[in-house]
Amino acid sequence: MSSVAHAPSPVPASRTADLVAASLKRRRRQETRFKAYGIGCAALAVLFVAILFGTILRSGIPAFFQAVMSVDVYFDPEIVDVGPRPEPSEFPTTAAYDAAYLAWQNELAGINFGRIIEAAINAELETPAASRDLRVIYASNERFRLRDMVQADPGLIGQTVPFELIAGADVDVWVKGNIDRSLPESQQQLTLVQQQLVDGMVEDGTMHNVFATWIFTNVDSRSSPATAGLAGAFVGTLYMMLIVIVLTVPIGVAGAIYLEEFAPRNRFTDLVEININNIAFVPSIVFGLLGAAVFINALQLPLSAPIVGGLVLSLMTLPTIIIATRSVLRTVPPSIREAAFGLGASRVQVVFHHVLPLVIPGILTATIIGVAQAIGETAPLLLIGMNAFVANVPSGIFDQSTALPVQLYLWAANENQNFFAARTSAAIIVLLAMMILLNGLAIFLRQRLQTRW
Amino acid sequence: MEQPVSSVQVTGRDNQAATTPIKVSARGVDVFYGEKQAIKSVSINIPSRSVTAFIGPSGCGKSTFLRCINRMNDLIDSCRVTGEILIDADNVLDRSVDVVLLRARVGMVFQKPNPFPKSIYDNVAYGPKIHGLVRSKAEMDVIVEQSLRRAALWDEVKDRLKEPGNGLSGGQQQRLCIARAIAVSPEVILMDEPCSALDPIATAKIEELIDELRQNFTIIIVTHSMQQAARVSQQTAFFYLGILVETGSTEFMFTNPHDQRTQDYITGRFG
Repeated sequence: MSSVAHAPSPVPASRTADLVAASLKRRRRQETRFKAYGIGCAALAVLFVAILFGTILRSGIPAFFQAVMSVDVYFDPEIVDVGPRPEPSEFPTTAAYDAAYLAWQNELAGINFGRIIEAAINAELETPAASRDLRVIYASNERFRLRDMVQADPGLIGQTVPFELIAGADVDVWVKGNIDRSLPESQQQLTLVQQQLVDGMVEDGTMHNVFATWIFTNVDSRSSPATAGLAGAFVGTLYMMLIVIVLTVPIGVAGAIYLEEFAPRNRFTDLVEININNIAFVPSIVFGLLGAAVFINALQLPLSAPIVGGLVLSLMTLPTIIIATRSVLRTVPPSIREAAFGLGASRVQVVFHHVLPLVIPGILTATIIGVAQAIGETAPLLLIGMNAFVANVPSGIFDQSTALPVQLYLWAANENQNFFAARTSAAIIVLLAMMILLNGLAIFLRQRLQTRW
Repeated sequence: MEQPVSSVQVTGRDNQAATTPIKVSARGVDVFYGEKQAIKSVSINIPSRSVTAFIGPSGCGKSTFLRCINRMNDLIDSCRVTGEILIDADNVLDRSVDVVLLRARVGMVFQKPNPFPKSIYDNVAYGPKIHGLVRSKAEMDVIVEQSLRRAALWDEVKDRLKEPGNGLSGGQQQRLCIARAIAVSPEVILMDEPCSALDPIATAKIEELIDELRQNFTIIIVTHSMQQAARVSQQTAFFYLGILVETGSTEFMFTNPHDQRTQDYITGRFG
């Protein structure tokens, strides 16, 4: 050993500088090349994201603007031929009032508000159009909007009010140019007469595009696609996410803390750990099957309800939250734990006074990652019947409901692609906006909690 | 209860400690990490209200032994300790001993300053708070001030008690950790190389502080620096390869060691 140490170096000191200088060029080239690869990869990623967002926004944003007709609706007393609305004061008991009100409602429901709409459109035209053409031009659910107006305020009967009448889906497609106008009439959605009718209304300004607020306030509709909205799916998703957060955050965080801080290392905890890691990679559709078997068949929970969807998504999210929480717990320096233990703090005190406050921002991030994953999940929801057509906003977690990604799936599969392609993109935008909002909230909370320490 | 010294000193040599009562007494302590034995049958008496230094080369087991005294080794799953360590008359290695109570009696200062990411005040107040030592905010204020004064830190931080503890310099942080440890009024303070991360000036301050603290506490300090051991301690114990080679008064150990290995180590032949 000492002979090697004392032997003359094969590289004399005078040559070291030369040799290093010679190798510098090669080393720099290597560095430059590596940097170029990195920039290339990042640029590619940004490009793909830009393409994705660009395509979605380009096809989705027009869907938020839809063709309407500004017309004056005359609630003709001869058509809206109903008695006065019953008032509670006129009846001795509420049961009697309810019965009378129901009868009045039925009477109202029997009225053909389509005739009123057709008259209103015809009033805007120089030559009245045929009923069969007019029926295509407006969205059929607009009849119910008028009915609801009368139900809310019977004083409208006999009056004329300005009204923004939502045009039918086919009309919207025609106006936006989403169908090739040069196609022969047999391949068009509108007949020649209807086309001319619509073009005339666009020309004189009766028909124009407005921001479609009803996408957010209406529920899905099959008979009247133009008025279909996301309200039901949105509320359904909201309920499910609430269930996911309420279930997975306490259970997941408590589980992670137990495994990381309290559990002894033995065969059993190893088994638990392996299982949690495995569950995290189980295909989501399997959770759907599990949900159908356990929650619906065994526990008799209602089909297509947010409670079942929430439970299934919770099962899926739980491992994600446990794994992520454990990894942030491991980032807490052991010196902090030692300091607290050294002072005589119990395990619970160490965890709650010192470890947890440091990892709350990390737990928030873990939660958001889990929720973001759950919010976009479709496959398991299909298996528990959440792809059912539901034309109501769910009023609770046991009501029938659908979810945003499932709504997306339903719209994407709708045969009226001219209209629903854009609607689907619009739904994607809403879903993405929801996720960005959630992420923003997480970042905001993280910043707040971090500076407070 | 402090008991008079019995002659279980490894070297069997009498020293000044013989006249002071014994605070900590270890008898045949073995420590295993899994299959590997880290400490072999260590027996030592540590006198009350004085400073005892553990010296020895890296990996000799001095820190491991120190951590047995407040059972910090419990936190390591694979670690097994056998034998007896008596503080006064209580065997701290007994299963029935509550480590929370033990650690309130035996404070610890670590190698790297590790203040909590909380304010200076909260750092010192934490121990008394969890052990329920005070009944009012006023009492707590007194304890915090006293502890910081005894740690020779009060004058430097009295105007910024609400500021974060990790905003202090390394030496100040270590004194804060000492203040935090003494706020609980322990009987014994264990120091695991408390100056190894500090510069010479901060080190000098801590050494001065240790010298003052021995009026009230039994201090056991692990150190890499023989000069430090010579400066601050009254007794020295030399560990080598998991065994306690020799122990005795610091003066004697450094001038006239009994064992050849001690001689070699303190003269810098290895380590």
